[in-house]
Amino acid sequence: MNDILIIDSTLRDGNHATRHQLNKEQISNYAAAAEAAAVPVVIVGHGNGLGASSLQVGEALLSDQEMIAAARENLGNSKLGVFMIPGFATINKDLSRAIEAGVEVVFASSHCTEADTTQRHIGYVKEKGKTAYGNLMMIHMASKERLIEECLKMQSYGADGVILMDSSGAFLPNDVAERITALVNAADIPIGFHAHNNLGMAVANSIAAAEAGATILDCCVRGFGAGAGNAMLEIVVAVLNKMGYRTGIDLYKVLDLSDIVKNELAEVAKGVDPICIVSGLAGVFSGFAKHVERVAMQYGVDPRDIFFELGRRKVVAGQEDMIVEVAIDLADKKRKAEQKQLR
Amino acid sequence: MSNNGRMKVAILGSGNIGTDLLMKTLRSDSLECTRFIGRDLSSKGITKAKELGIKVSDKSIDEILENPDCCQLVFDATSARDHLHHWSLLKETDKIVIDMTPSKAGKMIIPAINLDDAVSCRNVNMISCGGQASIPLAYTLTEVCSGIEYIEVVSSIASRSAGPATRINIDEYIENTEEGLDAFCRCRRFKTILILNPAEPCIDMQATISAKMKKPDIEKIRDAVSRMEKKIQSYVPGYTIIVPPVYENNRVVIMVRVRGLGDYLPSYAGNLDIINCAAIATAEMYADQIRNGLLNLSKARTI
Repeated sequence: MNDILIIDSTLRDGNHATRHQLNKEQISNYAAAAEAAAVPVVIVGHGNGLGASSLQVGEALLSDQEMIAAARENLGNSKLGVFMIPGFATINKDLSRAIEAGVEVVFASSHCTEADTTQRHIGYVKEKGKTAYGNLMMIHMASKERLIEECLKMQSYGADGVILMDSSGAFLPNDVAERITALVNAADIPIGFHAHNNLGMAVANSIAAAEAGATILDCCVRGFGAGAGNAMLEIVVAVLNKMGYRTGIDLYKVLDLSDIVKNELAEVAKGVDPICIVSGLAGVFSGFAKHVERVAMQYGVDPRDIFFELGRRKVVAGQEDMIVEVAIDLADKKRKAEQKQLR
Repeated sequence: MSNNGRMKVAILGSGNIGTDLLMKTLRSDSLECTRFIGRDLSSKGITKAKELGIKVSDKSIDEILENPDCCQLVFDATSARDHLHHWSLLKETDKIVIDMTPSKAGKMIIPAINLDDAVSCRNVNMISCGGQASIPLAYTLTEVCSGIEYIEVVSSIASRSAGPATRINIDEYIENTEEGLDAFCRCRRFKTILILNPAEPCIDMQATISAKMKKPDIEKIRDAVSRMEKKIQSYVPGYTIIVPPVYENNRVVIMVRVRGLGDYLPSYAGNLDIINCAAIATAEMYADQIRNGLLNLSKARTI
C-alpha cells in the first residue's frame, strides 16, 4: 500500500475560522502536540498565507514572523511550512524573511489558471534548498485539460509536488477522482488534494483522491478551516489506516490533537453552517462566509443571494472586495422593487 | 518637432503596452510615432505597426542611438532591467524618456496629481496600472481626511490582460505600487494586492481603495473624490467610480472601474489603458511645452 504525506493546515486554514486571531499560546501548544503526533508538515500563518493580513481578507492578530517563530520553537521532526499567494506576498517583503526564520516547506499558490505567477517564487524556494509545492486553488473553475497544463508549468518551475485545492468545496468524489487521475498520469511529481466541507464531502473527497493516486492530503484537525472547514485530519488518518495506507502519524496522539483544538482554539467548526452550503453550491471561495454575513447584515440583503451572485460573477479567492459591491447592487435592486410595489 | 508640428516619439518595446501606445499616438494631435522598435520583426506588435505604415526596427536601443534625430521622446515599454540599460545610454543624449516599467529609475508621475513635476525631469516613471488607478484616490483621501492609519489597494484584472512580463514581475508591481502610494500619500502604512481573474467574458479592471480611519466626513470625501474622478476622466475616459466612498467596518471604501479605449487590447484591459493614457498625457504636456518654447532640455534633471 502507498504512503500518504499528510499536510496539516490547521494553523493556516483554521485562522480563517478565527478571523485570523490565533494567538501565540494557541500556535505554540498546537505545534508541540502536532510534533508529538509525528505530523509530517505543519503549516502556520494567516488564512491566505504570507503577506495576506489586510482589510481585504482580515487583519491577523500576530505578524507572519510571530506566527512562524511560535511554531518554529515547538517543531523538530515535523517540518514547518508556510502558504503564500503571489499578488499578496512578495519574495523581498515576505518569503525571504520566512525562510530566514526557519521555514522548510513553502506552498506557492495561484488561482487554478494562473500557475505562471508562481514561477519566481517556486524558483526562489528551490534556490534556497527548501521544499516547494505548487498549489492550484478553486479547481472547480477550470477544465481537466487546463489543470494538467497548469500543473506541468509548476513542475517545470521545479515544484516538488502539486496540490489541487477544492477551495469552494464544490466537488463530489467522482469529480476529484477524475482530476487526480488525469494529473497523476500527466505529471512526474507527487499530486495532492486539499478539500473543503461545504457539501459534506471533504473526507470522502480526500479518500477518493488517495484512491485515484494522490500521495499528499492536506487536512485540518477538527476540519478547523475557512467557511465549512476542511477534511478532518484525524478522520482522514483513521480511514487511511483502516484502508491500509501508511501516514506515519500516531493515531492516539492525533486524536489528542483533536481535543486540543476543541479545548483551546476559540471557534471550532460546529458542523457546516447553512450559508457554507450555499458557498459550495455557488462555487465561491469558502473563506468569504464571514465577510458575506457581515456585509449582508449591514446592507439588509440575503447572504445567500450575495453568494449566488458572486458565483455568477465568477469571483476568485482574494476578491473579497466584490462582496460589498454585490451587496450594494442587491440592496439597490431591492429598494427599487419595493418602491415599484408602493406605486 | 516634425514638419507637421507634432513631437516625434519612438516606442521601444513591441508588446501589449508598446503596441497600445502606438495606437494612442495615432489619435494624438501633438505626437507622431516615428519609430516602433522591438527585437523581432515578425512579432505581433511589429506586424501591426507595419500595417499602419509606421517605420519599424528590430535593433532595440541602437536604432535610436544610430539615428538620434528620429525622435525627441522615447517611451520605454520593455522591462525594468532593460530600462536601466537603456537609460544609461539615453541619459547622454537629449531625449526625454517615459518609462513604463517598474524600474524605479525616474520621477514618478501621476498626471492628475503632479504633471508639473515632469517638466523639470528627463526620465519619468509611470509606476504601475494599479498605481495610476488607485493612488489619485488614496491621495485625495489623505488630502481631505486626517488620521488615516492605513491604506490598502486591491486591483483585479482580467487574466488575458496580463502578459508574460506582468506575470513574471508581479512582485515588482506590488512593490512599485506601494512605493508610489508612499510617495504621494500622507499615511504611514500601505498595502497592495493584485488579483488575476480568468473569467470569460473578461472582467473589467477594478480597484478597491480602503482607508482605515475614525469618523470620516463622507460628504466631504465624496465631493473631493468626484472632483478627482473628473480630473482623471480628462485623460482616461473609461475611469468610473462604481462604489462612491462608503464607511464600512471602520474603513472608507471606494471602488473604481477602468474600461479601456479598446485601442489594441479589448476594452476590458483598463489596466493597460490607464497607464498608457497617463503616459500619453505626460508626453503631450512635453509636446506643448516644446511648442511654446518653455522646455529647456539641457537644464532638465536627468534623475
